[in-house]
This record gives sequence, structure tokens and C-alpha cells, in this order.
Amino acid sequence: MKIGVLGDNENVIGYRALGFDVVSCDTKEAAEQGLKKLAEECAVIFVIEETSLLIQDAIAQYHQQKIPAVILIPGGNGSTGIGMKALNLQVEKAVGSNILEDKDND
Amino acid sequence: MARLNVNPTRMELTKLKKRLMTARRGHKLLKDKRDELMKRFIEIIKENQKLRLKLENMATDASKSFVMAGALTSQESLAEALSYPSCKVDVQVSDRNIMGVTVPEFSYSIKEGSSEPYSYGFLNTSSELDSAVFKMHNMLSVLLELAGVEKAAQLLAVEIEHTRRRVNALEYIMIPQLEETIKYITMKMEENERGNITRLMKVKDMVLEKK
Repeated sequence: MKIGVLGDNENVIGYRALGFDVVSCDTKEAAEQGLKKLAEECAVIFVIEETSLLIQDAIAQYHQQKIPAVILIPGGNGSTGIGMKALNLQVEKAVGSNILEDKDND
Repeated sequence: MARLNVNPTRMELTKLKKRLMTARRGHKLLKDKRDELMKRFIEIIKENQKLRLKLENMATDASKSFVMAGALTSQESLAEALSYPSCKVDVQVSDRNIMGVTVPEFSYSIKEGSSEPYSYGFLNTSSELDSAVFKMHNMLSVLLELAGVEKAAQLLAVEIEHTRRRVNALEYIMIPQLEETIKYITMKMEENERGNITRLMKVKDMVLEKK
């Protein structure tokens, strides 16, 4: 199966060098459509953090499925912390409280 | 706690007692499952956090390199240079079982490509692009490792949530309800028994008086 990348043009162009399926998008509609299209044939989809903000609901629906895995990656402006926040949200959902954050304070 | 709406008969009592036994056993099993899932989840999520930090550094670095490369060459020639990648990455998905949760595992192979990551001529491109592409290639294995781990964490989180809900439902709703109903039926039947005895005594007295 293939690997997909979704994000704005500037940030995703690099992933082309790896032979990934790259879909660049700027609007919410385009992003949603791109995600849908990628989900059909990709096992893993990497979404640029900034783009993921536009389509949070669409991404959430893939959380319960085995495939595709939707993974957030930071763009050129550095990490916005959205990916980590998503991780913490999973922890909160499973454990009931955030155990990772406590570790940071240690 | 509300009791179930049943007739206070001996048959119902046996049925309920059986149900209570099953519920207790199920509760214990689910609780064990939840604890073990949690243990695994914490291991995975720690791994996940580590990988994510690593990847975020690498990805930011690589993206910055690309921005740099883009600044030195025109967007058109950059797009042209990357339009035909030297390799195609193919992902194989295999299943792994963690406590009954099927989790995908990704392994990748590079096919129909040269080991050389640079797929473009060196005439129109800069050395910045070379280093950016090189960084990108280094990132590949981390990317896929993170994908597998993060997906596992997501799926486990959902499963833990479900299991916890079921454990709580059994512990706080189902079992107390059954216990309450069983108690109600036992009391009702004892009451009937006492009523019966008094009636018999009364009848006996009446019979004796008539004689």
C-alpha cells in the first residue's frame, strides 16, 4: 500500500522526494476531499499540523479504524504542539487523566 | 438502586443468582483486561511520545531545509526536480494482536528505485536541496515507526475506554441491581412463609375451639 501526505503546498513538497502520494490543499473542502481520496489507497497518511486544524472531525473518524493511520507532522514553521496535544488527548481518554504531563514537570 | 421488575418466585431467584454469578465473573475478567490494557498502553504511549519528539525535530529541520532550498532555486525548478522521485516506498501492513485488539504494523520496502536519493540533475538545483532530500530520507524509518506506534495507541485508547465503561456498568449498575432484586425476592418469600405459618396457627386454634 502507499503512503499519503496532505498539507499546504510549501510544506508537503519535500515528501515528494520520498515517493509518497502528495496532495496539496489550501481550503477546508480541498483538504477533506484529499483526505478521503488518500484514505482509499494509503495505509498511512501524514497530515501537516496546520492543515489538520481544518479537518479535525474528518481525521477523528479514522481513529477507530485499523487502516489508514492518520499521523500529524509539523510543517516548516516548527512544531505547533498540535500533534503532542492529540497524543495527550488519547492518554486522557484512556487513563482518565493526563499522565504524560506529570512526567514533564518532574 | 432500583430493583428489577420481576415476580418474586423461586424460579426467578435461581435465575437471578445465576446471572449475578456470571456478572461477578465477567466483572473480574474485564477488570483484569482493563488493567493489562492500561499497562500496555502506558508502555506504548511513552514510546510514542519519545518517537514523536524525535520526529518533530527531524521534520522541522527537514522542512526548514526545503524552505531554504526553495529560496535558492525557483519554485518551478524545485517542483521539477522532485516531480519524479528516485524511489517508490511501498508499505506492507501486518496485524499484531495486543490483548485482543488488532493493531497494524507497518514495514516498508523501497522498490523500483536506486539507492541514490537524488533523482534530479545537478544543473538547476542547489546543494541545499541535496541536504534537504538527504534529511528527508533519514526520516523515513522514524516516520513509519511512529505511524505504527501512534495507531496502536489510538486503537488501544478506544478499547480501554470501552472496557472501562463495561467494568463500571457491571460494578455500579448491574451487580447492585441484581443483589437488590435477590434480596427483595428472599424477603418477600420469607414474608410469605411467615404469613403462611400464622395462618396455619390461626386455623389450628379455630379447629380446636370448635371441638
